[in-house]
Amino acid sequence: MTEIRTVATTGNLVVAEAMRQCRPDVVAAYPITPQTTIVEEFAKYVAQGRVHTEYVTVESEHSAMSACVGASAAGARVMTATASQGLALMWEELHIASGMRLPIVMANANRALSAPINIHCDHGDAMGARDTGWVMLFAETAQEAYDNTIIALKVAEDPEVLLPAMSCLDGFITTHSIDRIELLDDDTVTGFVGTYQPQNALLDIDNAVSHGCFAGLGGPYFEFKKAQRMAIDRSKAVVERVGNEFTKVSGRDFGLVETDMMDDADVAIVVIGSTAGNVRHVAKEMRAGGVKAGIVKVRCFRPFPHAELAAALKGCRAVAVLDRAESFGAEGGPLYLETRSALYDLESRIPVVNYIYGLGGSDVRLELIHRVYADLSDIASGSAAPSGLVYLGAR
Amino acid sequence: MATLKELTHREDRLAGGHRLCAGCGASIAMRQIMLGAGTDPLVVGCATGCLEVSTSIYPYTSWKTPFIHNAFENSAATVSGVEAAFKALQRDGKIAADKKVKFMAVGGDGGTYDIGLQSLSGAMERGHDMVYVCYDNGAYMNTGIQRSSATPKGAWATTSEVGKAQQGKPQKRKDLTSIIAAHGVAYAAQGSISHWKDLATKAEKAFAAEGPAFINVLATCPRGWRSAYNKSVEIAKLAVQTGYWPLFEVEAGEWKMSTASRALIKAGRKPVAEFLKPQGRFKHLFAPENAALLAEIQADVDEYWAYVMGRCGEE
Repeated sequence: MTEIRTVATTGNLVVAEAMRQCRPDVVAAYPITPQTTIVEEFAKYVAQGRVHTEYVTVESEHSAMSACVGASAAGARVMTATASQGLALMWEELHIASGMRLPIVMANANRALSAPINIHCDHGDAMGARDTGWVMLFAETAQEAYDNTIIALKVAEDPEVLLPAMSCLDGFITTHSIDRIELLDDDTVTGFVGTYQPQNALLDIDNAVSHGCFAGLGGPYFEFKKAQRMAIDRSKAVVERVGNEFTKVSGRDFGLVETDMMDDADVAIVVIGSTAGNVRHVAKEMRAGGVKAGIVKVRCFRPFPHAELAAALKGCRAVAVLDRAESFGAEGGPLYLETRSALYDLESRIPVVNYIYGLGGSDVRLELIHRVYADLSDIASGSAAPSGLVYLGAR
Repeated sequence: MATLKELTHREDRLAGGHRLCAGCGASIAMRQIMLGAGTDPLVVGCATGCLEVSTSIYPYTSWKTPFIHNAFENSAATVSGVEAAFKALQRDGKIAADKKVKFMAVGGDGGTYDIGLQSLSGAMERGHDMVYVCYDNGAYMNTGIQRSSATPKGAWATTSEVGKAQQGKPQKRKDLTSIIAAHGVAYAAQGSISHWKDLATKAEKAFAAEGPAFINVLATCPRGWRSAYNKSVEIAKLAVQTGYWPLFEVEAGEWKMSTASRALIKAGRKPVAEFLKPQGRFKHLFAPENAALLAEIQADVDEYWAYVMGRCGEE
């Protein structure tokens, strides 16, 4: 019987709680703002003897992910957390974790990348890792950060997947704000994620295997990459299935994309992360003013749910994509590029406008979202869409 | 200490048929160290480099023991994770409580002295129960003989060329063994492929020590040293006999000169030129105009020798 405990706490603390409840064998982590309270909280669990986890307090994020790779290859359940520069420092190891098919789960407290140095939220860190072969879930709220972390583990360790997974939450906005959160009891979470059954574990001493072999010199590198592509494609159905299973134990919804007020929407905003809250609020205000506004939140960015996104947007007359990350030199931000691609196969061409917003924690005020919906209403009424991307609220 | 007879009866955990060059010191070092490691199961982690790339070409492997390669700079961090996993799984009852497993991380000098130094330092400081082995052949041999911080002064390398304006590498090599000993590790030692008994004994001590241990083993590279394939052991021996590569160990903070080096205090060291001469990478040093540089290299060797003697309480 699932017991729900309602608490008022921060996103980081419930991510740490989710990690504890998932019973990782190894956590190798390095502190970085705004992730720190995750690793601090977990360190308390270790000191209190509440976990059997071996907690490896490494000397860098590169070593954090390196140790995670070693531990996961060894046959352990492995979790960690990072942010921003730390994720960037791990870049090499992110590819190795996915290439070696190791189901490591990592929380990422989304924070802007240097330079100039900045500690606040944007998605530039995670988006920089979007092609590293990780399953990537994004949370709107602390509740979703908790839920996503548990879901991510079960997806990653699924024998059909065996890929690392990232559970992203917005730095400070979600990591540090106190929110009302419903926690599941330990047994429910432990039962939900089950026991990890490693394949070809390094510590299966009597069946010695070699991990991380050389596949060059005409070797099967290309075929390994194809297998990896097939795995992340398969992971989409697994994310959906695990999400549905999670709904059954928690009563909370999970979707690859989550839509609100989209049934009859003329205009819609596509968004990732905490800004979805503001967008939903403004969409309701727009509706009160007679504009048929809707919102599509992308919760699973990798694998990207192109078909689901296209289905959600197909009735719209104008769409805005809000990117909290740059893709310098590209036509727009990462979410915009994916969205435009998703809409390409639709019979009618929907105008899509890209707004870059909130970089380095730049405030996302309600009037900015109002402006986006107003732009969309104008376009839906026949005005020309702005050419090129719009830096929303930049001074 | 196992006898030679006992060692010969132990299983060789690195199979023949690997793709390392004839005369490569790395495989000799691995064999001697793994024989000395004893009979407990052994998990090996190896940095990117000649040894890794020549022993694990998919779908083949030369490793008869669990083996993992991750990347270049993180052999120590990777094995930290493996060792941590072992502890956690044992704590959780998934591995029998009485099961003993040894852990070895390996890197060349590039992967250890240079790009992997931070990862190694971290692993040693955290106290993981592992033996880190650096096979030091004094350059980035896998990528084509580029200089590392282990390359000897005056050596030709493809990024420390010989020409009118420069006579090989201008800098002295880094004293990595001292640096790791300064971490206060359970055991640290310098060995050479030429002194198999000394090396196997050091391996035995390193693996017996509880906590982190480190062995820096001189491993000839005929390709990079521009030396004859059948002279690898001989040249490594000259490195010891000239005092270029003193053999010593640091056990629980106590420095001790190993027998072969200690004997040189009375018997006298050969001039370093005898180590340099059979190697093409030092050829230019024997031109008359480089006499001063050669003398400087001898002075460096004398200075390092005196330092090691001092640390070992020898007079």
